[in-house]
Amino acid sequence: MRPEEEWYDNDAGPLVRLYVLTSGRARESGPVFDLLAAVQATGYEPAPQPLSPEQRLLLRICQRPQTVADIASESNLPVSVVRVLLGDLRNAGLITASRPSRSSHVPDQRILQEVIDGLRAL
Amino acid sequence: MASAHSELPAGADEFIALKIVIAGGFGVGKTTLVGSVSEVRPLQTDEPMTEPGLSVDDIRGVERKATTTVALDYGRITIRDGLCLYLFGTPGQDRFWFMWDELTRGALAAVVLADTRRLEACFPAVDYFENRSVPFVVGVNCFEGARRYTEASVSAALDLDPGTPVVMCDARVRESVKNLLIATVQYAGRHAKLVAATSPTTAE
Repeated sequence: MRPEEEWYDNDAGPLVRLYVLTSGRARESGPVFDLLAAVQATGYEPAPQPLSPEQRLLLRICQRPQTVADIASESNLPVSVVRVLLGDLRNAGLITASRPSRSSHVPDQRILQEVIDGLRAL
Repeated sequence: MASAHSELPAGADEFIALKIVIAGGFGVGKTTLVGSVSEVRPLQTDEPMTEPGLSVDDIRGVERKATTTVALDYGRITIRDGLCLYLFGTPGQDRFWFMWDELTRGALAAVVLADTRRLEACFPAVDYFENRSVPFVVGVNCFEGARRYTEASVSAALDLDPGTPVVMCDARVRESVKNLLIATVQYAGRHAKLVAATSPTTAE
C-alpha cells in the first residue's frame, strides 16, 4: 500500500494514520451509511478473517442499535473511517443497517406528538 | 411494510432517529443551544473537498489539500427507547458549506439561529433551506444589550416566506430552547401536511 502524500495534510496530526485503519480506502463498498442510519450487530460469529481492533470496537458498540453518528462519536473515529469499517462488517454479515429512508421522511403525527411531549418533559 | 425489511433485526429497523439541523452564522450560539437541552457530543468528519466547497472556500496555500477535517458538535435527546431526536449544528465558517448537504439530508426541519446585531450572517442559511424546501424556524437569540425587535420586523428583514415562524429565544436557557424546538417540530408537522395535500402522488 502506498499512501498518497497529499491525502492528509500536516494539520491533520494523528489523522495521518487513518488510511491504515481502512487499508487506504476512502469510501465504503456498498450503499453509503446515512449519518442517522441505525446499525446493529447481527450476532453472527466473526468470519475466519480476523477483525482489526477498530472493527471489533465498532462491533461492540453496536450490540444495541446505534446511529452511525453515535458510533463515530463513541469510537472517536472520523465518520468517513467508521463508514468504511462498517462496510466491511456489513459485507461479512456481522451488522445490518436500517435503510436511510427510515429516517429521512417526516414521520406520522403520532411520532411527532411523542417528540413534542418528550421535549416538554425534558 | 414490515415485511419489506424482514431481513433486518427488529431493533435496527424500528429505531427512529429524527434530525433537526441548527444553522446560523459563526458565533451565534449554536453549540450553546445544543448544550442547553442535551449532552454535546463530539463528531469528527474527514470529508473530501467537493466542487461546491471549493467554489466558496479560499484555498490559496492549500491547493493540494484533497480532504478536510471538520469537528462538529451534536446533541442527542432520547425521547424513549428506540426514538431519538438529534441536533446537528452546521459548521459556522463558509468554507464548510459542503457539509450542509450531508447534515441536511433526511432532516425533519432546521432552526436558523439569528442575532439581530448582525442579521445578515443568517441570510445564507435562510437561502439554503428555502431553495431546498426544508422547513425551518428562525430562532432569534436575544443577546443581552441587543435591541429587541418584533417577530414581524425580523421576518420582514429576512424576507421570509409567509408562514415561516420566528421565535424569540435565549440559547442559554433550557426552557427557551425547548419551546423553540417544540415550535420547530410542530412546524415540520404542519409543513408535511401541506406538502402532502398539494402533491398527493408523494403521499405514503
